[in-house]
Amino acid sequence: MAAKDELGRWGEQLVAERLTEQGYAVLDRNWRCEQGEIDLVVQRGDDTVFVEVKTRSGTAFGHPFEAITVAKLARLRRLAGEWCEQHGATRRRIRIDAVAVLAPPGAAPTIEHLEGVF
Amino acid sequence: MGVGRTLSVALLGLTGAVVEVESDISAGLPGFVLIGLPDTALGEAKDRVRSAASNSGCALPSHKLTVNLSPAALPKHGSGFDLAIAVSILAAAGSVHAESVERVVHVGELGLDGRLRPVNGVLPAVLAASRAGHRVVMVPTGNADEASLVPDVRVVPVASLRDAAIWHGGEYQPVPVEPIERVGTPEGHEAAAEHLDLTDIVGNEEAIGALLAAAAGAHHVFLLGPPGAGKTMLASRLPGLLPDLEPAEALEVSSIRSLAGLAVGSSLVTRPPLESPHHTATAAAMVGGGSGQIRPGAAVRATHGVLFLDEAPEFSMAVLDCLRQPLESGRISIHRASAVAHFPGRFQLVMAANPCPCGQYGAQDASCMCPPNARRRYLARISGPLLDRIDIQLGVRQVTAAQLALSTDGPRMSTADGRARVTAARAAARERLRATPWTLNSQVPGSWLRNGTAALGGRATAALDRALERGGITMRGYDRVLRLSWTLADLDGEGRPSPDHVGRALFLRRAMS
Repeated sequence: MAAKDELGRWGEQLVAERLTEQGYAVLDRNWRCEQGEIDLVVQRGDDTVFVEVKTRSGTAFGHPFEAITVAKLARLRRLAGEWCEQHGATRRRIRIDAVAVLAPPGAAPTIEHLEGVF
Repeated sequence: MGVGRTLSVALLGLTGAVVEVESDISAGLPGFVLIGLPDTALGEAKDRVRSAASNSGCALPSHKLTVNLSPAALPKHGSGFDLAIAVSILAAAGSVHAESVERVVHVGELGLDGRLRPVNGVLPAVLAASRAGHRVVMVPTGNADEASLVPDVRVVPVASLRDAAIWHGGEYQPVPVEPIERVGTPEGHEAAAEHLDLTDIVGNEEAIGALLAAAAGAHHVFLLGPPGAGKTMLASRLPGLLPDLEPAEALEVSSIRSLAGLAVGSSLVTRPPLESPHHTATAAAMVGGGSGQIRPGAAVRATHGVLFLDEAPEFSMAVLDCLRQPLESGRISIHRASAVAHFPGRFQLVMAANPCPCGQYGAQDASCMCPPNARRRYLARISGPLLDRIDIQLGVRQVTAAQLALSTDGPRMSTADGRARVTAARAAARERLRATPWTLNSQVPGSWLRNGTAALGGRATAALDRALERGGITMRGYDRVLRLSWTLADLDGEGRPSPDHVGRALFLRRAMS
């Protein structure tokens, strides 16, 4: 596994733990279908939340959020519909969140959470 | 997260409106939205501001940025809003003091390295800010000279965005940068005009007299003569005879130069401008135009100076007739789908023409081969209504060997002497017209000249009355001759025109026929 994939996995794990602490229940992780992958599906109360996690070790190539493009968000939205259909849960309140993990080597990672980005 | 606001100026023609630039930082994925009717150059500000900010060491926050230029309905052009956009975002992010940013008007374009580039039209923009009651203006170092020409405004010149942020209380370390200077040298341009002296003109005494009269009364001039008679030489020496500009005029002339992208320098332009557009000029080049941003044309740049049209019949008739509005009202209004721009257009018109297509008609030592109807058609290209507004119509002849020999001895009038006489004559006219709304003889309407105290009486106007009776001149021409005779009397330092003045005025009017 390439180093960047490892960093991504580690970031997703970190976010899952953080969200669990905040009272979210993790429903699915790295759910895949033909169109792509959803990093995290979590639930709190009535809300089902689809989370895109972006992890970077520095901002030399821009902030992690800058890598989340309109096309990526549109795909996430389609994937969310697909997930709901497969899990027989078409009448849910859904939300799409973005979480950035900035983990510079040798320092504590910082996590930023944006709710309802789409 | 918050809202930052500051001020900038949007120009339409020479009039500026103060624009409020608001920035909002909201929780959302990074993005930059610019709203409020920007044109393409202004829309590109997004990318310039982002790069300039990160290269200045005061990077913009990675959140959703919304910048609004209000009033949103007013069209905004150009790159002069970059500085205002950048500092309002920094204020919204809390990197600089919001109260400090809020009361300052910002004008300037950002380079990708964070330095500030000079922009066109800073003088009218600062003037507009001053008239709207704003007292502090931040401009690029390259525009500092012209911005400080506006009285009662504190000008803050900055070389880079970083300097601007530090001035507004941002905690950054100053980094010295090389300021970007404006290109173009105003001194070279004006020095060239000063070299043209009246003493260079040999043997054309009556033309010099006509030129003095034109300068003293601000009369429009039409010079007609064969090639080589010195028409261009005469016309280019007229601005030198005009007195220095009044302070208000100087500010207007400098503002137009600034708007046209010409260098202004550290002092107001004091000498009247000379514009000589080529005869292939279009209407847009002559009066101004443009579909997006409306730019001033040659006639606007000639305001308070001289507009010289060499080979006037070669201009397209539509272009020549565009000049009728400014000749009548002293203003130029340009209507486009997006807006109407108003410019000042009070210039002195000088036209020069050959008498026929071959140019030799009336010359002593050459014969004209043009058939009469070709000759008539050639001069008919200058429309009657336009010619009607021209007081002095002078025939210029080629200088003969005898005239050249005669003129070598005896003193010739220099431009400085001529300007002194013109200034004295203008002062006399202003004194006489004190109780009226006019200051120059060319502005006085004919009815005022023929009635009341200004009426000259039968003896003085005898020659003129006879010309009118014979049908040699029209009633409108009669008024023009009267106006011109007052100017000639002012030049001679006499209180009222004598029969001699009227006779000379009649000659200046009819010399071309």
